[in-house]
Amino acid sequence: MKITFDWLKDHLNTNLKEDKLLEELTNIGLEVESIENLSSGLDLFKVAKIIKTEKHPNADRLKVCDVDIGEKELKKVVCGAPNAQEGLITIFAPPGAIVPKSKLKLVVTKIRDVTSYGMLCSESELNLSDESEGIIELKTSKYQKNIGKSYFSKSNSNLIDLSITPNRSDCLGVRGIARDLAASGFGKMKYIKEKKINSKTKQTIKVKINKEKVQGCGSFGSCLITNVKNTESPKWLKDKLVSVGQKPISAIVDITNYVMLDINRPLHAYDADKIDRGIIVRNSKSGEKFTALDNKSYKLDEGMCVISDNKGILGLGGIIGGTRSGTELNTKNILLESAYFNPRSIRGTSKKLNLDTDAKFRFERGIDPLSIESGLNKAALLIKEICGGEISKIDIQKTETYKIKILKFDPNLFERVTGFKISNKEMLKILEDLGFKIKKENKYLKLTIPSWRPDISQEIDVIEELARISGYDKIKIIDPIKERTKSTLTKSQKLFHFLQRAIASKGYIEAITWSFTDSNFNDHFRGANKEIKIVNPISSELGVLRNSIFSNLIMYMNKNLDRGFKDLSIFEIGPIFKGSNPGEQNIVACGLSAGKKSRLSWIDEERNVDVFDAKKDVVQTLIEAGYNYDKFFIDSETPNYYHPGKSGRLFLNRGKEQVAAYFGEIHPNILKKIDIKSESIVGFEIFLDNLKLPKKTLNNQKTKFTVSDYQKSERDFAFVVNKDVNAQELINVISSVDQNLISNIKVFDLYEGKNIPENQKSIAISVTIQSQEKTLNDKDLDNINNLIIKTVENKTGAKIRS
Amino acid sequence: MSDIKNIRDQFISKLKNDLSIDEINNIKTELFGKNGLISSQFKNIGSIVEVDRKKFASDLNMIKDELQNLIIDKIKKIELTKINEKLENEKIDVTLPERSFVRGKIHPVSQTIDEISSIFSEIGFSVEEGPDIENEYNNFTALNTPDNHPARDMHDTFYLDENKETLLRTHTSPVQIRTMLKDKPPFKIIAPGRTYRSDSDQTHAPMFHQVEGLCIDKDIHMGYLKGCLNYFIKEFFEVEKIKMRFRPSHFPFTEPSAEVDIGYEIKDGKIIIGEGDQWLEILGCGMVHPNVLKNVKIDSSKFQGYAFGIGIDRLAMLKYGINDLRSFFDCDYRWLNHFGFDPLDVPTNYRGLSR
Repeated sequence: MKITFDWLKDHLNTNLKEDKLLEELTNIGLEVESIENLSSGLDLFKVAKIIKTEKHPNADRLKVCDVDIGEKELKKVVCGAPNAQEGLITIFAPPGAIVPKSKLKLVVTKIRDVTSYGMLCSESELNLSDESEGIIELKTSKYQKNIGKSYFSKSNSNLIDLSITPNRSDCLGVRGIARDLAASGFGKMKYIKEKKINSKTKQTIKVKINKEKVQGCGSFGSCLITNVKNTESPKWLKDKLVSVGQKPISAIVDITNYVMLDINRPLHAYDADKIDRGIIVRNSKSGEKFTALDNKSYKLDEGMCVISDNKGILGLGGIIGGTRSGTELNTKNILLESAYFNPRSIRGTSKKLNLDTDAKFRFERGIDPLSIESGLNKAALLIKEICGGEISKIDIQKTETYKIKILKFDPNLFERVTGFKISNKEMLKILEDLGFKIKKENKYLKLTIPSWRPDISQEIDVIEELARISGYDKIKIIDPIKERTKSTLTKSQKLFHFLQRAIASKGYIEAITWSFTDSNFNDHFRGANKEIKIVNPISSELGVLRNSIFSNLIMYMNKNLDRGFKDLSIFEIGPIFKGSNPGEQNIVACGLSAGKKSRLSWIDEERNVDVFDAKKDVVQTLIEAGYNYDKFFIDSETPNYYHPGKSGRLFLNRGKEQVAAYFGEIHPNILKKIDIKSESIVGFEIFLDNLKLPKKTLNNQKTKFTVSDYQKSERDFAFVVNKDVNAQELINVISSVDQNLISNIKVFDLYEGKNIPENQKSIAISVTIQSQEKTLNDKDLDNINNLIIKTVENKTGAKIRS
Repeated sequence: MSDIKNIRDQFISKLKNDLSIDEINNIKTELFGKNGLISSQFKNIGSIVEVDRKKFASDLNMIKDELQNLIIDKIKKIELTKINEKLENEKIDVTLPERSFVRGKIHPVSQTIDEISSIFSEIGFSVEEGPDIENEYNNFTALNTPDNHPARDMHDTFYLDENKETLLRTHTSPVQIRTMLKDKPPFKIIAPGRTYRSDSDQTHAPMFHQVEGLCIDKDIHMGYLKGCLNYFIKEFFEVEKIKMRFRPSHFPFTEPSAEVDIGYEIKDGKIIIGEGDQWLEILGCGMVHPNVLKNVKIDSSKFQGYAFGIGIDRLAMLKYGINDLRSFFDCDYRWLNHFGFDPLDVPTNYRGLSR
């Protein structure tokens, strides 16, 4: 909502300055979004008289004018306007002035060898109208004595742009804003006596509001103005509209706009001669078409509230008029409409048609239903004053009557909610200033809610009004007490934070990427999940919710590789989606590494990152998070986006209930499709929702501390086994031999090839044997040795290598 | 007697020569081995006449000690020389680079969430969560924003079905609804998380982060709200004093509603929070609307309280001098590395939010 202080002063008596105004507007909840000085520099534009014109020596169409701008010497101005002639009073812009329309700064220029010391202006150049044919012609009688003076009235009023919250429809008119300001003590409201139409003529165009199941029009007021001469608006009106950034069009349109901006009363003017036998307010039929004033054709659904005549649709009620019945400069007879439309209906229609107009914006927020007559009175009388003509009586058709809203308000609630007190006297004054009518009833106030406040219906609304106007600065600060009765994080939240930092501490950089992704990328990592489409995505590249974090990570990994980085680890911890219902999502920690370890190292041998790097990060992270390494179970079943041979999945125990993590190389086919250029890409996914939360707290996770000081001995074994026997099996078998004596098992070599049969491999394992009770002698050790060999050979078909 | 003296003299002069470790060891064996010259003398002690025996034994011991010490010294000296020679050869250029290491980083948004949680933890808030996909009811209707309410225009919503029944939550406020439906008052929670609006330009991203706050009890009024936020802002920006302004505004789910501005100024191109006469809007808040309480079956004549919503990304930008919201989600390694935090930098109450 754009206003100026000057316009506010039409409704408000105040001595205060504009800076105070800006502060006060913000303090009462009418946020000042921006301030713009439209008139700065406009005082340079002067009323001037052409004294003499000569033909330009070098151009047929140009004239060289001597112009009187109230100074001793006449100014020479080159002008191309056909109407530039001796004696004409017009507007002169000197060098330095900025032309409002083009925003160009004038300078002294030579036009075809003749120097021009300024410019004579057209209305269009000054944004006064669209008239660009010729320069402005001012009436001699009125402007003769003003030569040399500024054309634009001196105004220090800035254009103030307010952000009006959707509940405050009443502040979409200057008077409403003035009322709020007056209530807050910023001046006093001016009482403006409403002039009424005094007419004996009947409104002869019949208006009928059809009975419909849902009728969007509650009442339809109108009056007929005959024999008008639509013209250009008078200066005061043009100035007013220009001051808030509106373009004057014609008197009739300008007046309806002015009344709307002034008292928030949208009106519509029809060319009465174009209405075919009466107005019918009805619901549209499916497929009906009409052309609106924005020159677009709209095809309507069933049930939209339209204003029609017997030929068809004239306009969408409360939203936009149609071209067929629009007023023009030659319009003679006008039907002026002032109606009430249901906000819901307005919103439904405009949403469907994707139409936004000033009227729609106001009606959908709720217009004062009792402003129908005052709007007609004000506009009709102005039209008569400016355009002449005869006004008929006002005709009002209704399908519903406005019921006065009364609210019982308990003044004690105010302090209960806001924590501060205001006196009864102040409370009553604020409410009265805002337009409430008050009756005291015991401890309650019986409030009649002003008709222009559709937002007020319960006590809390009144509390807000009182708090807002008396000032939020009165709310006292009560310092919070530092006490905690409940733990801040739940166990799963703690796990989230722990994993996040555990992964980062392994050299991964945390990324946060969109929850949505490109379906092409998503498809690579979707697995068996279904695609979840967004109905209205920002772009097709962000068209689906991600089924895996990999799709985004790999895309961004690629971008970073393109930036010239080679060895990178990034991760993200966040949601992935399984379905389109609330809750169908899981938290995943997903990491991705590219390139080499120890690239270009003078000391270490460089190598590609591989599946065991990913596995290390997963395993270490899970151990750090408190999960028992000895229970981990790993197999090689992984989703199809991993390398089928170089990836694994990890369970927290042999029960294989839920997958705790996947790790491995990304499938080479995907890398090829994405065209990612790196020696190696490995990744992992840890599924937080599948990690059973440790029941124990940290203090009872620690078991009794026992160590053995008896001598330990290490024995090495090399087993030759079939290739399909995996290391995990061997280790499990060995550890099952005697869990009391075997304290550690380590694979230290893997060999395939020469001297080993095909389809077999040799695994070398070091076993640490230590007793809690005694130092083991040679015999004990031999026994356990033999037992290990026997058990492994029996259970896995391995042969000890001699 | 003269025997052992001879041995002594002979070997002392031998040991004066430059000898290798092996040569010394040979001498050691010659003297103290099983049948060494000295060792065999000890065996003779028994055959010495009574009167001379004591003196012989004492002399022999002295000579033994003398020779032994000499040999030990000699060996030590040689070893020392050896080590020194070795050290001389082992000198390396320590300015060569160390073995390579990689540093991980925590995203500034994650760090900020931890900071926020830490601050609110201190005054008794616990952390709640809600799903990113919400139904229309929790996101709008239950929050007193019925269908066809103009306030819905302020939220450009991503929908997941044509009937607009499921959507990506446009704010964290639906967590209020979920929390209040799940439990009984009092409530004192914050809910940080991802939020979505179909808006994308320099200052808007289709995904961003908010933290919701909710405090409901018997007598929680606006003074507590102001106190809580005043405390939070001071702690978050780690400044002693803060300029804060409550400005009336409108949100369908709170009433009275306020937007909160903090004072700032720009010094040498950097934003200084808490000073100056410029105002910056950082959050929206208010008293939970009775209609919302009614929707979650809480008696608004018995319970009342406040709620607030803060843009996390925006706070992070202000605190850490980040200019472009979009850069948070661009995943540019250089940016993440620059603005990211060390994983060991866990914000805590006792150690402080930041180093």
